[in-house]
Amino acid sequence: MARVLLFGRLSDVAGWRERQVDSPFLSALRAELSGEDAALGEALAGKGVQVALDQVIVRGDAALNAGTEVAFLPPMSGG
Amino acid sequence: MSVRLTFDPFDPGALLSEFSRGRSETGAVATFTGIARAEAGATVALELEAYPGFTEAEIGKVADRARARFGLDDVAILHRVGKIAPGEAVVFVATAARHRRAAFEACDFLMDYLKSKAPFWKKEQGPGGARWVEPTDQDHADLTRWEET
Repeated sequence: MARVLLFGRLSDVAGWRERQVDSPFLSALRAELSGEDAALGEALAGKGVQVALDQVIVRGDAALNAGTEVAFLPPMSGG
Repeated sequence: MSVRLTFDPFDPGALLSEFSRGRSETGAVATFTGIARAEAGATVALELEAYPGFTEAEIGKVADRARARFGLDDVAILHRVGKIAPGEAVVFVATAARHRRAAFEACDFLMDYLKSKAPFWKKEQGPGGARWVEPTDQDHADLTRWEET
């Protein structure tokens, strides 16, 4: 089970901030989330949204291990 | 070097006293304190979200760059997260160097980064509801001042 975290406007779109999702790959996790909630799927694929696995930014697909922390980060606003 | 986030209001004066203490060879300490604006009643509260661990690490990387570039002795950054009322301090940056120019410039450099690129998500709550805020063109333009050619 990967631990999924949503930040900024993404958690407003989804109505949750954190949950467990059972997916072997990041691509499968995206498909699973957008299957459940098309608006969230679209927001996650939106311009400037980055993904961090265990707090490291990744690009493209990646394998997820049990307990991997997957964070979806919309464009950062600065403080 | 210290980079911290806090949910609680803080006293910039106390932080400056603590940062300056015992620095007999430093020569210069510069600080900046950012304060939440009311925008003439348009902003009732500011809400800042961070990604704990990631946010401090990303700010730490830029603080390391500032330390190398300006030859700093030390840096301290404290940033509020959560709900912030107008008039409360949002961010405190202190830089220590042997001479004033480096301390001033490093403080300015760090603030341009913190205002435009740091991993925060900002929501402004006004009388008509809340909205997510993204950096302004001015914030991005400020950052280009530090590009090394």
